[in-house]
Amino acid sequence: MALSGMRGLSVFISDIRNCQNKEQERLRVDKELGNVRTRFKNEKGLTPYEKKKYVWKMLYIYMLGYDVDFGHMETVSLISAPKYPEKQVGYIVTACMLNENHDFLRLAINTVRNDIIGRNETFQCLALTMVGNIGGREFAESLAPDVQKLLISSSCRPLVRKKAALCLLRLYRKNADVVNVDGWADRMTQLLDERDLGVLTSSMSLLVALVSNNHEAYWSCLPKCVKILERLARNQDVPQEYTYYGIPSPWLQVKTMRALQYFPVIEDPNTRRSLFEVLQRVLVGTDVVKNVNKNNASHAVLFEALSLVMHLDAEKEMMSQCVALLGKFIAVREPNIRYLGLENMTRMLMVTDVQEIIKKHQAQIITSLKDPDISIRRRALDLLYGMCDVSNAKDIVEELLQYLSTSDFAMREELSLKAAILAEKFAPDLSWYVDVILQLIDKAGDFVSDDIWFRVVQFVTNNEDLQPYAALKAREYLDKPAIHETMVKVSAYLLGEYSHLLARRPGCSPKEIFTIIHEKLPTVSTPTIPILLSTYAKILMHTQPPDPELQNQILAIFQKYESCIDAEIQQRAVEYFTLSRKGPALADILAEMPKFPERQSALIKKAEDIETDTAEQSAIKLRAQQQISNALVVTDYRPPNGTPPPVGSLNLVKVSSTSSNSDYNSVDQGADHTNGTVSKSDSQTASADLLGDLLGPLAIEGPPGAATSEQSVLSGGDVPSAADAAAIVPVQDQPNYVQPIGNIAERFHALCLKDSGVLYEDPYIQIGIKADWRAHQGRLVLFLGNKNTSPLVSVQALILPPLNLKMELSLVPDTIPPRAQVQCPLEIINLRPSRDVAVLDFSYKFGTNVVNNKLRLPAVINKFLQPIQLSTEEFFPQWRSLSGPPLKLQEVVRGVRPLPLMELANLFNSCRVMVCPGLDPNPNNLVASTTFYSESTRAMLCLVRIETDPADRTQLRMTVASGDPTLTFELKEFIKEQLVYIPEASHGPTQAPAPAVPQAPVIPPDDPAAILAGLL
Amino acid sequence: MIHFVLLVSRQGKVRLTKWYSPYSQKERTKVIRELTGLILTRGPKLCNFVEWRGYRVVYKRYASLYFCMCIDQDDNELEVLEIIHHYVETLDRYFGSVCELDLIFNFHKAYYILDELLLAGELQEPSKKIVARLIAGQDSLVEAAKEEANSISNIIAQATK
Repeated sequence: MALSGMRGLSVFISDIRNCQNKEQERLRVDKELGNVRTRFKNEKGLTPYEKKKYVWKMLYIYMLGYDVDFGHMETVSLISAPKYPEKQVGYIVTACMLNENHDFLRLAINTVRNDIIGRNETFQCLALTMVGNIGGREFAESLAPDVQKLLISSSCRPLVRKKAALCLLRLYRKNADVVNVDGWADRMTQLLDERDLGVLTSSMSLLVALVSNNHEAYWSCLPKCVKILERLARNQDVPQEYTYYGIPSPWLQVKTMRALQYFPVIEDPNTRRSLFEVLQRVLVGTDVVKNVNKNNASHAVLFEALSLVMHLDAEKEMMSQCVALLGKFIAVREPNIRYLGLENMTRMLMVTDVQEIIKKHQAQIITSLKDPDISIRRRALDLLYGMCDVSNAKDIVEELLQYLSTSDFAMREELSLKAAILAEKFAPDLSWYVDVILQLIDKAGDFVSDDIWFRVVQFVTNNEDLQPYAALKAREYLDKPAIHETMVKVSAYLLGEYSHLLARRPGCSPKEIFTIIHEKLPTVSTPTIPILLSTYAKILMHTQPPDPELQNQILAIFQKYESCIDAEIQQRAVEYFTLSRKGPALADILAEMPKFPERQSALIKKAEDIETDTAEQSAIKLRAQQQISNALVVTDYRPPNGTPPPVGSLNLVKVSSTSSNSDYNSVDQGADHTNGTVSKSDSQTASADLLGDLLGPLAIEGPPGAATSEQSVLSGGDVPSAADAAAIVPVQDQPNYVQPIGNIAERFHALCLKDSGVLYEDPYIQIGIKADWRAHQGRLVLFLGNKNTSPLVSVQALILPPLNLKMELSLVPDTIPPRAQVQCPLEIINLRPSRDVAVLDFSYKFGTNVVNNKLRLPAVINKFLQPIQLSTEEFFPQWRSLSGPPLKLQEVVRGVRPLPLMELANLFNSCRVMVCPGLDPNPNNLVASTTFYSESTRAMLCLVRIETDPADRTQLRMTVASGDPTLTFELKEFIKEQLVYIPEASHGPTQAPAPAVPQAPVIPPDDPAAILAGLL
Repeated sequence: MIHFVLLVSRQGKVRLTKWYSPYSQKERTKVIRELTGLILTRGPKLCNFVEWRGYRVVYKRYASLYFCMCIDQDDNELEVLEIIHHYVETLDRYFGSVCELDLIFNFHKAYYILDELLLAGELQEPSKKIVARLIAGQDSLVEAAKEEANSISNIIAQATK
């Protein structure tokens, strides 16, 4: 048995191996750790040999998976030992146990530098190795010039220079400025003439990194790379020791071809010709051989050559040669080659003109979908997904569905998502789409997200022809003995809306429909019950002539749930019970759902997100953008609008004309609800948005709560109720509806981060804002500019302040003269921390139109912050004194929009939370501080720490601390909102102006709007 | 780029880990746990690549040991697979028909050799001969220091007699 050469270490390893179980092992490890710890404490008595031995033991224990939280200092200190054996151990163990962010590393920078610039070659190697493996930004800043010198030095031996090349690569990754020196590109070019293949291989890796970032500077390297390839692949001019199974350094070949892929074109015809000669040789000359390693190595080169050919957009002949090769690969038995064949074929989809050839292999690819290896199945799925278009969608999706029933769980979610997307994008007809989705739910209900069934409901709602078909299908699925809860949801919803279209068919009378749905009720979970209740209400309404027995049955159910513990269910039950006794009014209130506004499929959005997550620069995405999907043609009469009108309020149109005054308020609330929630749903996922739509009608009679009374108090008697009523007349019923220009929610968000700008604009008026904040007070001026040549009359502006703000608006004139601008100052006092937002209820009359808008005012929590820069001495005592909840709160935030650290810091600064650089030793973290002012808290220091994960920018951990629990919580939530807020894709009304909307008047340069813009 | 190298036995015991991208200790443990679960359960005739968290893990089994390297999605998988084999051959040359026990008791040697082969997550030296020469050089430096230390301690021992 080979022993370590250190007796104590070998004994310890043997002991560990002899442990019978994990418990014994732990005991032995604890004993050893205790021993090492005491030995390190009286360090004086330790010989270098002992120190070395203990450090190795620590590494061994660490490798076994135990926490080793001491001894790092001793390890790092070995680096400065004078003798080679200790130094070597110090460097290697440090590089294994610490990562680049460890504080102790900083202590070693000087020693490391001395070793690098010193004369001892072996020390240079050790130091370069450690820096190359774990060097961070600080190393990059202090060591880069020395490392560069070694790389290009003529007196250094290759063993030092190759390490210097890769060390520089590491430093470059940490800080791209390290190669910002004059003439570096020329140096790189010279390096490519290197004869030593170790140095050349390392330099090539460095070059790949450099050109991947900026190829412009390195054009002169291009012909050199081609020369190297010629030398290797054509002339086979390499020393024997650098051939690998007879192939001239396959690694260098691969790297060189990779470097070439970062240059967009090769202009020089001679270079291009030489390169193609080499590539042609690789494509033709690579045979399958028996030896696995030789095979792998030659195919590594071959696949790289394929990528390069694709990149260079070679002649058609060569391309079809590539496709033919790939076609061969995806049919071979060797799994690695098949895997790579599928992967490269997916990449090949990007090349034009080859899709048709790839389609010929469809059957073969589908075979791979059933391969025993999940890695291969994944590749096959990706390829099928990428190659799908209108012509083969039916086949591919049906394959996917078929495979779904047998596939393993690890793939079902991805599979069902992809099937749903393809069905939606390429559906030859919509009934097929409905079929596919229902089958999906049936076969893999657990993996069908809500987005998928929401989407099918949207399609059915927007396409009248589809409604009876969908209802019939839903009815058929209900006959199955056991169905997934999602199927219950979607069929209940569809049958509630459209089962009356089936009334004449057998088994489809209201009573039968009700019975079959009601059978499922005991099996469903709480969130599904409200959907069923709505369905019952709708069935009841559609039962003409009324069926007393059915009515009693349903009413009894409503009554039963009136005391349900779940508020949503209870509310619906109470409301439906009351409504169903209203007789004919019921039909008005529960009228059929209106059409949904057209929007990007949440699924496709989600899929795109996933793709950007994995940074997959794939053909799929490109093609998804090019292809015009026929399924997305959703008929919708309403022009796309910055803020989609709430579905709920559309239903209410009729209510407002018939029912009592209390309904006005609820309607009003509905409208308010839109304005208020738009941004919320922005910040959340699209599915929440959808949910709002689908479950919206139930919010019809939103609770006539405090807001009602509050508003009546605020508005006093001076708001003519006519205006109020008119204001809530929704979009469609009003032919001259006024379109806001730009996205209201976006404008609000922008104003949260700055102090002046436009809050709202439409063809008639522009409302600008200029604000000035001092501690807990603020003065905000509203600029109301009339853009037209006729006056705006009945101008009303009401402020609905939240409880935490005191606001006083000066008088707003009733009329704004043509092309004039009035200023209305608004005084604000911040009483206490809260994220509640003040709302400006604004209305005016233009001609016969009354326009009403509820606009959130950007008097948000961060306006009462004063940035403050703290030093280390000031920050840390405060940070420590605020310990734990509720004063210090921590949360892991996911779904953050991924930002580089610099931009994240900018975001904080623009929120007036000042980033204090250098306080946190970890460069991936941000520490920030600010002061909050309010009447109740006075000036209050707030501290924030953000820890980001460089590997995953969409999540971070946030810690917020202040002396006031409410403030801590509110500030944390506010920051979170800022982090996850995703600006809506702007689709201004200019894209599709409503036919009914009069053309916005051309704005002359002296127009107040223009003046206003200038002023702001 | 190679983000990390992992050697685990068939029983899931870690024999070597080397991290070229920064992972905290907690993440390291988690990564090892996830990957051993993913790789050790794979059958023998499957391909050598596993997709994991948006990365590719290239692995190969040699007797009772799994050698794994984690790379980016667009890296060349076969190239890395042969880097693994290159490492194994170099170990084999050094130990003379290497076995798991060699790597257990001489794990530090495995680290030395790896450091001559890979640096910054990239291949540093494609020649086995040169790596062997460099490692031999290091060994003799350590030996020389040991002898020197022995002779000094002998002198001291004699002087203090």
